[in-house]
Amino acid sequence: MFESGKNRARLRPGSRSFTNKRLSGHAPIINDSAPLLQVAGLQKSYNTPVLVDFNFDLRAGEVHALVGSNGAGKSTFVRILCGLTAGDGGELSLCGHDFHPKSRREAERSGVVMVVQELNVIATLTIAENLFLNRLPRRCGFVRAAELRVKAVQALARVGLAELDPTRLAGQLGVGYQQLVEIAGALARDCRLLILDEPTAALTDPEIERLFENIRRLQTEGVGIIYISHRMDEIHRLANRITVMRDGWHIATHEAGDVTPAELIREMAGHDLPERRNVRVPAGGEVALSVRHLRAGGRVRDVSFQARRGEILGLAGLVGSGRTETLRAIFGADSMDGGEILVEGSAVVIRSPADAVRAGIGLAPEDRKQDGLLMTQSIRVNITLATVRQHAGKCGWLDGRAEARTAEKFSQRLQVHGASLEQAVGELSGGNQQKVVLARWLARDCGILLFDEPTRGVDVATKDTIYQLLRDLAEARKAVVVVSSELTELMLICDRLLVMSMGRITAEFLAGEWTQEKITRAAFGGHFEQGEGAG
Amino acid sequence: MKSQSSKTTEYTAMLVIWLGLVLLFGMLSHNFLSARTFAALANRIPALVVVAAGMTLVLIIGGIDLSAGSVVGLCGSVLGVAMTDYHLSFWAGTMICLGIGLAAGALNGAISVCLGIPSFIVTLGMLEVARGLAYLTTHSQTKYIGGEVEGLSGPIHGLGVSPAFFISILVIVAGQMALTRTVFGRYLIAIGTNESAVRMAGINPKPPKIAVFALLGFLSGLAGVFYTSRLGSSDPNAGAGLELSAIAAVVIGGTSLMGGRGSVVNTFFGVLIIATLEAGLAQVGATEPAKRVVTGGVIVAAVILDAWRRDLQSVNRSS
Repeated sequence: MFESGKNRARLRPGSRSFTNKRLSGHAPIINDSAPLLQVAGLQKSYNTPVLVDFNFDLRAGEVHALVGSNGAGKSTFVRILCGLTAGDGGELSLCGHDFHPKSRREAERSGVVMVVQELNVIATLTIAENLFLNRLPRRCGFVRAAELRVKAVQALARVGLAELDPTRLAGQLGVGYQQLVEIAGALARDCRLLILDEPTAALTDPEIERLFENIRRLQTEGVGIIYISHRMDEIHRLANRITVMRDGWHIATHEAGDVTPAELIREMAGHDLPERRNVRVPAGGEVALSVRHLRAGGRVRDVSFQARRGEILGLAGLVGSGRTETLRAIFGADSMDGGEILVEGSAVVIRSPADAVRAGIGLAPEDRKQDGLLMTQSIRVNITLATVRQHAGKCGWLDGRAEARTAEKFSQRLQVHGASLEQAVGELSGGNQQKVVLARWLARDCGILLFDEPTRGVDVATKDTIYQLLRDLAEARKAVVVVSSELTELMLICDRLLVMSMGRITAEFLAGEWTQEKITRAAFGGHFEQGEGAG
Repeated sequence: MKSQSSKTTEYTAMLVIWLGLVLLFGMLSHNFLSARTFAALANRIPALVVVAAGMTLVLIIGGIDLSAGSVVGLCGSVLGVAMTDYHLSFWAGTMICLGIGLAAGALNGAISVCLGIPSFIVTLGMLEVARGLAYLTTHSQTKYIGGEVEGLSGPIHGLGVSPAFFISILVIVAGQMALTRTVFGRYLIAIGTNESAVRMAGINPKPPKIAVFALLGFLSGLAGVFYTSRLGSSDPNAGAGLELSAIAAVVIGGTSLMGGRGSVVNTFFGVLIIATLEAGLAQVGATEPAKRVVTGGVIVAAVILDAWRRDLQSVNRSS
């Protein structure tokens, strides 16, 4: 959820400019009185700092857009506002009163409501029940159906859905309508501050227009809106002011009319790193994996690329751009809707991870707990899971010694720190758990290795171990593909970088050719007019 | 290795509990501590032992099989009909019996795994289907077979214990070996712990899952043979409720209903504890209803104790 641990020492922004001019006439009615929300010096860290001395203010009737790359701290900030997590320090005030909500309920009672990106609609309840789930009108425990219906119709009318029958099941609605129902639910509360996190991700154009109309009407009613989006065109249409965040820092706040998308992107990307490690021998190896016009599940729209032996290929992009889904589709974890995968030049049919492993592909998944580890089992069992059959005779009888030797060898190679090989992996630190997952695939000796966020939730020392490991694998003529939300990390270890945006690859860079700004622009590429941002 | 030693202490713990129970009844009734009691005990339990052994593996993958008792009844009925109406030999009847058990179990597994229906529901259906078929094959009558089948469950001369008991011990040993020393067993534990991770490690989890249900079906067939041979006749009502006793024994033995953890040997001790409790209570003059109340209480108490012990262990290890 939180992209932690950037190399903040190097990334610390040099200039934190505040442009707090009065608004231009561009926006609807703005209340000139004291701000609705005032945030000063907000701090939060999870192991590494996520919000650093963050300042922000929101006026009544204003749309204030919040932009920044992955891990900039946007989500953490709005989670604090909603009472989902607590800040470590700093001043928050709402309408001039101290505001430190301890729960989402408390935040909502103060009029702070958030609509999140993921849908929370309960498909088996009616629209009306979804709208008023935690405050159904009732008498003696019985729901007052007539009253509920009237209230639901009113709430739906506010988002222009008056024609919708509130007694229908929410699950029968399309995704776009479900999103609008959620927004209606938020508005039906006594809402003074509305937080919208990527509200248009699932909406079609007419639905977006409808949403925007609602946002404008709310503005006239004096509701303050924090709008998080990657889509520059929307921000330009809606926002009165734009605040740029990077690595937990407040970088700048602009009046909407005073800034171009290019400037915003430069600010989001920050300054370039000093030149990285000495570039390895350029990867001229033969093509090990080639992916042609891959499509899968809506998030992967058309992806083609090649990975060569002996190179580390990075896949950059914003959260939701389809990087993880691309790896999962290649590995057969999710089904492909179209396209072709070639291993060592010949087409392979991959319908399940078993097929992929047979073809010589390994994947260290993004979600270790869910897809990677057997938490209650030992380090040994976890390391040898993909190779246990090789330690057994024809009838399936395990050679315990050989198995233990393999586990020992790879746990040493990756420096897994556990009490013994028999310790349950659930008792290990995040870094050691990740090493166990990597050890499993090293033991399997795949020619093509896919790593999804290999350093997520991992301490700094372990990161170095993992970087070294990736380089060693490339030296050993493996094809290594790495997905990471940390641009600095990709720039540090990769020989070549592909940038994904909205399910497509929008740019390719060789080591040395890239800058943070170029990459960031390509990552936002699909969010401008198509094609403009590439390269 | 650490796992070996901790396993031994677990066996010892179960053994101590069982011996404690034996001593308790020994003190309460002087007739209890005799060779006859133990021989009777050994000859009563084989059917439950083999079903519980298979049930252990099913629970380890996080499944459940409610149809085991009915399949026992069906297989026993088929054996009776085969031998009385079709005059087949005991061996031929046994083979058919085991085959039907295997087929019923494989069907349970295939439907549940391939169609993604919870095994609870599928086997609930099979519970009714198999029992109904048992009544249909026997026309709801008990078929007397006689001496030809009784040898299997009769005490071996000089030993006092039946061949069925030895077979059931063999099943326990083989089951434990399969669980701890084979790739199949490793996959079962891994699937029960996190099936998604198993799939993502490039292993197809379906075949071992189906195999486990088929294995339990096969063992239910074997239990059907044991039942029939002990009674000397085939009874379509045989094995009613046996699945619940088996699940109780497995759980007393410390196997997790959530899957991923368990031991066939400890299931055997679980069976011993239940059987000893019943025999002992009968000896001290408890009525049938009273026996059920006590047995039920012990099952729950055993699971609570097991949970406590595990909590203690994890606290010790982390400190």
